[in-house]
Amino acid sequence: MFQMFDPADRTGMLLSYADQFKEVPPSIATRPFPTSHQVPQCESDAYVWAQKMPDDTLKLYFAVENPSGVSAKALAAILDKTLSGQPASEIATVNCDIVEKIFRQNISMGKGMGLMSMVQAVSALAKAASKDKS
Amino acid sequence: MATPIEQRGYAHPEALVSTDWVEQHLNDPGVRLVESNEDTLLYSTGHIPGAVHVDWTSDLNDQLRRDYITREGFESLMSRIGATKDTTVVFYGDKNNWWACYAFWVFQLFGHTNARVMDGGRVAWQKENRALNRDVPSYPKTQYKASDRNDAPHRAYRDDVFAHLKKQGQLVDVRSPEEYAGTRMHMPDYPNEGALRGGHIPTAKSVPWAKAINPDDGTFKPAAELRKLYCDDNKLSPGKETIAYCRIGERSSHTWFALKYLLGFENVRNYDGSWTEWGNMVGVPIEK
Repeated sequence: MFQMFDPADRTGMLLSYADQFKEVPPSIATRPFPTSHQVPQCESDAYVWAQKMPDDTLKLYFAVENPSGVSAKALAAILDKTLSGQPASEIATVNCDIVEKIFRQNISMGKGMGLMSMVQAVSALAKAASKDKS
Repeated sequence: MATPIEQRGYAHPEALVSTDWVEQHLNDPGVRLVESNEDTLLYSTGHIPGAVHVDWTSDLNDQLRRDYITREGFESLMSRIGATKDTTVVFYGDKNNWWACYAFWVFQLFGHTNARVMDGGRVAWQKENRALNRDVPSYPKTQYKASDRNDAPHRAYRDDVFAHLKKQGQLVDVRSPEEYAGTRMHMPDYPNEGALRGGHIPTAKSVPWAKAINPDDGTFKPAAELRKLYCDDNKLSPGKETIAYCRIGERSSHTWFALKYLLGFENVRNYDGSWTEWGNMVGVPIEK
């Protein structure tokens, strides 16, 4: 759906998602956040958690420590809204290409790779959760 | 609180303006505020009232080749933001003004010398609790006529760097010490943008860009401290030709600005090909 927006609408939509960003609650994690949950190579200093729910779905949580990390917050909100509530095995298949589809040419190569690392981190947590049958 | 700019001993203090100055000129029709950020969404979350957005990727870079916009592209940009040759363009942005200095530098390629940088950038403005808004201003279009782009005084290409090496010219590597040493292929917390080799250009001095600023508010240090850093500690001479580089030319724009305008280096250029070019070229000399 993101491809259909013109640049101005896309910016507005991404800001709307960034405004909806909710930080990880204290019941899941508190500062200082463990580096094991830090997204590697993301200059926005993002963290991600995946909580396994009783119905075998996952709930994703994020933190973005860089106050200027608006794109990271927008992506975190999109990932939460679209993937939370899905089975871990399905979330594990999420593809980094969504970053290009969502942001198009609005980002630099470096920022794009940092955002792709967020998607990869979500996928890795989901893969680990889908293997963990406990 | 930072020392007033005019008391810091800079060679060209007029190139830097304070947040107070900007606040006093918010409604000055002769001043155009330009915000340039790494995160292109940041402007839309709130910016200095009246500021326009100039995006380094879509507004300043050619969309096909790795190069900057043409004269026609610059004329179109300036006309869009309602600037004339007499307009004082004031740049500010995130990341302690990396992209503001980068945009300032690109404007110099087209000879728009009536340009300033707001000391401290977004961080300083926000720390002082000054107003931001989301209103996107619209200014009457102008018919800006630019000169042809003249890279030579400000920009170094790889062949210029080779020639510079032969002449034993001064080189400043402004990346992190780890990138300079080749133990890291990218700046901390950033992804590797495709350099195949780590290290630095032979003879380059390592002076990370951030040493030029006060970490609390991103403002530039006084000239005496900058002189100690660049000239005393690293033996760089203001009278010798100097080339600064980093990864893609954004951090080195910041250092280029400090050397040229704050310390008065007479001939300093920014090698925007930087490590993403040098670290990928076949057969070039590299030191670790």
